[in-house]
Amino acid sequence: MTMKRVYPREEYCMGCRLCEVACITVHSESKDTIKAYKKEFPREPSRIWFEEQKPDCFSFMCRHCDEPDCLEACISGAITKDPETGIVTIDEDICVGCWSCIMACPYGALKKKVRKDNKMVSSKCDLCIGRGINPACVQACPNRALVFK
Amino acid sequence: MITIIGNSVAAIGAIEAIRKVDKKIPITVISKEPYVAYGRPVISDFLKGKAKEEKVLSYRRKDFYDKHNIKLILNEEVVDIDTKKKKVITLSGNEYKYTKLLIATGGVPFIPPFKGRDLKNVYTFTTLDDAKKLLSLSKDIKKAVVIGGGLIGLKAAEGLHAQGVKVSIVELMDRILSLAFDKVSGSIVENRMSDMGIDIYTEASTEEILDDGNGSVRGIRLKGGREIEGDIVVIAIGVAPNASFAKKAGIEVNRGIIVNDHMETNIKDIYAAGDVAEAKQFLYEQKMLLPIWPDAYKQGRVAGYNMIGVQRVYEGGLAMNSIELFGVSTISAGAHTPQNPEGYEFLVDVDEKRYRYRKITLKDNKLVGFIFVGDIDRAGIFVGLIRDKVDVTPFKDKLLKKDFGFIDLPYDLRQEKFWKKFLEVKDASCIEEVCPKYTPDYVESDSEVIDGE
Amino acid sequence: MLFRPVSQAFYEFYVKRDKERCIQCRVCERQCSYEVHSYDPVENSMNADHAKCVACRRCEYMCPTDALKITLNESTFRPNESWTNFHRMALIKQRETGGILLTGMGNDKPYKIFWDHLLIDACQVTNPSIDPLREPMELRTYLGSKPDKLEFEESDGKLKLKTKITPQLKIEYPIMFGAMSYGAINLNVHRAMAMAAKELGILYNTGEGGLHKSLYEYGPWTIVQCASGRFGVHAEYLNAGAAIEIKIGQGAKPGIGGHLPGEKVTKPISETRMIPEGSDALSPAPHHDIYSIEDLRQLIYALKEATDYTKPVSVKIAAVHNSAAIASGIARAGADIIVLDGFRGGTGASPTIIRDHVGIPAELALAAVDQRLRDEGIRNSVSIVVSGGIRGSADVLKAIALGADAVYIGTATLQAVGCTVCQRCYTGKCPWGIATNDPYLSKRINPEIAAEQLVNLVKGWGHEIQEILGALGINALESLRGNRLRLRAIGLTEKEMEILGVLPAGQ
Repeated sequence: MTMKRVYPREEYCMGCRLCEVACITVHSESKDTIKAYKKEFPREPSRIWFEEQKPDCFSFMCRHCDEPDCLEACISGAITKDPETGIVTIDEDICVGCWSCIMACPYGALKKKVRKDNKMVSSKCDLCIGRGINPACVQACPNRALVFK
Repeated sequence: MITIIGNSVAAIGAIEAIRKVDKKIPITVISKEPYVAYGRPVISDFLKGKAKEEKVLSYRRKDFYDKHNIKLILNEEVVDIDTKKKKVITLSGNEYKYTKLLIATGGVPFIPPFKGRDLKNVYTFTTLDDAKKLLSLSKDIKKAVVIGGGLIGLKAAEGLHAQGVKVSIVELMDRILSLAFDKVSGSIVENRMSDMGIDIYTEASTEEILDDGNGSVRGIRLKGGREIEGDIVVIAIGVAPNASFAKKAGIEVNRGIIVNDHMETNIKDIYAAGDVAEAKQFLYEQKMLLPIWPDAYKQGRVAGYNMIGVQRVYEGGLAMNSIELFGVSTISAGAHTPQNPEGYEFLVDVDEKRYRYRKITLKDNKLVGFIFVGDIDRAGIFVGLIRDKVDVTPFKDKLLKKDFGFIDLPYDLRQEKFWKKFLEVKDASCIEEVCPKYTPDYVESDSEVIDGE
Repeated sequence: MLFRPVSQAFYEFYVKRDKERCIQCRVCERQCSYEVHSYDPVENSMNADHAKCVACRRCEYMCPTDALKITLNESTFRPNESWTNFHRMALIKQRETGGILLTGMGNDKPYKIFWDHLLIDACQVTNPSIDPLREPMELRTYLGSKPDKLEFEESDGKLKLKTKITPQLKIEYPIMFGAMSYGAINLNVHRAMAMAAKELGILYNTGEGGLHKSLYEYGPWTIVQCASGRFGVHAEYLNAGAAIEIKIGQGAKPGIGGHLPGEKVTKPISETRMIPEGSDALSPAPHHDIYSIEDLRQLIYALKEATDYTKPVSVKIAAVHNSAAIASGIARAGADIIVLDGFRGGTGASPTIIRDHVGIPAELALAAVDQRLRDEGIRNSVSIVVSGGIRGSADVLKAIALGADAVYIGTATLQAVGCTVCQRCYTGKCPWGIATNDPYLSKRINPEIAAEQLVNLVKGWGHEIQEILGALGINALESLRGNRLRLRAIGLTEKEMEILGVLPAGQ
C-alpha cells in the first residue's frame, strides 16, 4: 500500500497560487490568513514550489520518499520518517541549517527558512500533520489540480 | 548475532536497515567514544556556540538503542579481529563474538611528522571531545593557527573565530578547499573569510611547530622562515581510514577497506561501510574512499541489508558537500573540476562581488558535477540529474537560469518523477486513472486537413 | 486620465479594495485576464485600473481574504430616461473608433420577458396533485417526426407495428445543451458538456465549429451542426453524431452569420474548422446553397442520404416576424426537428446593434409556430425545440406548456461552469477559461468539475420540474405539451394573450 501523497496535475493548474496562501496560513502562528501575512515576521514561507513557464505551470512539494535522501544527508538527525504514517518531518529545534538536505533532495523540495528567533532552518511539506484533514493545498485548489492519493 | 565496530552514521544506517527486516536478531555496537551516535559535522556548530551538547547528541532520539534492541558498548577500542574464531578483541582485553561483523570505524586524523607535534596545545578537530576542548580553551587564548585549508580546517577556524580568537589558516595548495572547490569558488570563499578577519596563507608548507619554552606551542614556522603566532595549533590536514587493525587481521586494505557492491570485504561475513571503506563510485571506474555523510549512510544501509540476507547493491558513491562559511552557502557535487578538462563542457555564471557563483559541468550532454556558491536553492535537483544520467540537451540553455526547475524539463520526464515513480504500478491502467491522458489543446496533432467540399 | 480617451475615463465599474484585508498575494493580478490589477513593488500595494474592469468578478472569487468588491462607478451623468448610460457610452465609443460595436452573450435590454408573465396552474380539490417523491414522473422525451397514424399487423397471434418510425432522439430530460461552437468556447467546455450529456442521457450541440477528434467517442450524445460557413463539415463528422442540425440563423443575430474573431483561431481550432490560423471565421449570412425552401429540402435530404436515413435532421432558425410561416415550410421540407432561437439567445460575438434590436421573443415565436402547425394538421411531423433566455426550470415548464418538446440552454450552461456574463466573449480573454482558446486560460475549466456542475444543474431542474408536474397533477410531460390551459397570463395585453393562446389569470 503506497502512502498517500499530494500529486500535481499540471493540466488543471491555472497558476493562482492559492495553494501557497493556504500552506502559509495553516503553518502560521495565528492560522489566520490576514494576520499571517501582515502581522507575523518573519513570514512563514510556503512549503510548496510553484513553477511557471506560460502556459505551463504547477505546484509541487516533498514526495515523502520511501528512502528519503534528505534523511540520509541530515547531519543532526532533525529529519525523521514516521514508521506508521510515512510522513517525513523536520524538527526545527534540532536542525542546524547545514543545507545538506537541500543538497541531497533530487526534487529540490526543501527551502531555507528564517524563524522568529532568527535561526535559519530547513523547511518542507509535512502533509499538514496535525491539521486532521486533507492537506490544505489540496483543499484550497479551486480547480482540483492537486490530488491527495 | 551482528556486531558493529563504530557508532556513527554508517552504523546507524546498518541498524535501521536490519531492524526494518528483522526486529529480533541481536545487535552489538562497540564504540571507542563515550557517547551515543552523534552528527559528527555538528561539532562545528558546537564550537561556534550554535549548538549545545544535548543537540549534538540528538542525532537519534534518546530511546534509539532501547527501541531497536541494541547492546551499546562505549569506551572500547577494537584492536584485533580473530576471523577464524569470529570474535573481536579490544584494547582493554575484552572479546566480543559475531556471526556477521560490520567495520564502520571511520577515519582518524592524519598528523604529519612535524617537529613539535607532541607539544602541549596541539589538537585535531574530529570528535566531540576535541570540540569541547577547543571551546573551553577559546576563552583563554588570543590567537590560533589552523594547519590545513580543507573542510575541517575551515570549520575549526570559523568556530574559533566565533569565540573571539584571531585565526590564521595555513594551506599547502594554491587555494583553500582545493578538493571540494575550484579556483573561482575557492577564491570567493577565501575573500569572504579574509574580509571577516581570518589570515589565510596559501602555498604555505609547515616546517615546525614552535615551542614557547614551556613545552607548549607559541606558533609555527613555514618553509622559507616565516613565523605565525598562535596559542594553540589545530592540525586539520586530512583523515585516514581507521583500518590498520583490519589489515592486521588479513582483511584486504588499500587506503581503506576494499568492499564489493554488497559491502562485503574479502573475508566472509565481514563487511565495511562509511569513511573506512573503499567502494564503488558512481562517476568513476575505480573504487575510492568517499568520506561523505550521506554516502556513509547509504553504504551502512546496503551493508545492513546484505548482512541479514536481503540482496541489495550499492549504486556507487557520489561526492557532495554542503558547507556554509561566514554566511556564504556553498554546495558542490560530482566531478565538477576534472583534471583533464577535454571532453567536458562548462556552464558558468559568476558575480564575485556578491559572492555568487554557479558552475555546471557536463560530459556528453549529461551532468557530472556542479559548484554553487551563494545561491544554493534546489541544488539537489542537479544531484538528481547526475544520478539519473539525464540527457540535458532539451534544456541545456536553461540550466543556469535563476529559477531552474522541473518546468524546464520535458513533460514526460516530469510525469515520471512525480507520478509513476511513486505509484504501485500494477498495470498501465492504474496510471491512466490517476494521471489522465493529457491531450492539451495546443499540442501538435498530426491530423491532415480534410477537404470538406 | 492622462493619455486616455474619454470612453475610458467614464468607466462603468469600480474596484473597491479593502487595504486592511489585502495581503498582496497577487492572485487578483494573476487571474484577471483584462489586466486590471497590478502590483507596485516599491509601495508593496495592489493597484487597479478601473477602466479595464468588466465586472466578471473573477478576482472577488479568487481573493483569499475577501478584500475586493466590484461596484458600479458612482459617478453619474444627469439622469436621462432617453439617453441612458448605454446609449451615451455607445455613442462615445463610436465617435472614437468609427466601427461596429461588438458584444457577447444575449440581449440585456429591458424588453418584456413573457416567461415572467405566465403563471402555472396547480391542483386543488377537484383534481388531486401527485406526490413526485412517491410516483414515477416521466420526463423522458422523444424528438423526431411522429407518424400521422400507426398501423399494426398480426403475426403469430401477436400485434406488431407495421408503420416505420423515422429515427428519434431519446432524451431523459427535456433539456439539451445549446449550440456553442468550438472556437467560441474551448475544448474543455465541450468535453464537459459531452460528459454531462452522456451521464444525464441528453444531448449537446457542437455548434458551427466542428467536432474535435477526441470527442467522437461521445457521438451518441452529440448533435452535429452544419452552419452556413460549413466549418468542419465532412462525411465522418455527419455520421459521428446522433442527429444533424442545419443552422439557418440564431436568436442573437438573426440574418447574419457566426463570427469568430481571428484572435481566437488557434492551431487546433483551425484544424477542426479547416480554416487558416489567425483568420477571422465569418460565416456568411445565408447558406449560399439555400435560397429557397426547395433548396432547404434538397439539403435536408442530402444530409439524410449521407447518413443513410439513420439520423434525424433538425433545422434551427432565429425567432423573427413570420416564424410561423417559415416553420410550416420547414416542416414540409422534411425536417424532423425545428429549433426556434429567441432574441435573448447568447452568442460569442455579435454586433451589439443586431443583438439588441433584431428578432422576437422565443415565447411568442413558440406559441405562434405551435399553433400554426396544429392548425395545418402537421404538428406531429416535427418536434419543436425552443431556446433563448431559458433561465430556470419554470421557464422550461412554461415553454413545454406553450408547445415545445424540449429546450436548449446556452447561457445557463455556461453559467453552470462559471460564466458571469460579462459579455466580453469576443475578446478571447474569458477569465473563467470558457470563451477563450488561450491554453493558459483554458486550464481554468477542469472538465471533471464542469461536468459535475452541469449534471447538478440539469438534475436540479429535473427535480423542480417533477415537483411542479406533481402540483399540476400530471405524471408525464407529454400531458403538458402544448397544454395552454394549464397556464394563465398576468400583466399582458389582450393581443399578447391571444398570440400566446393563454387566458388571463382569474379567468
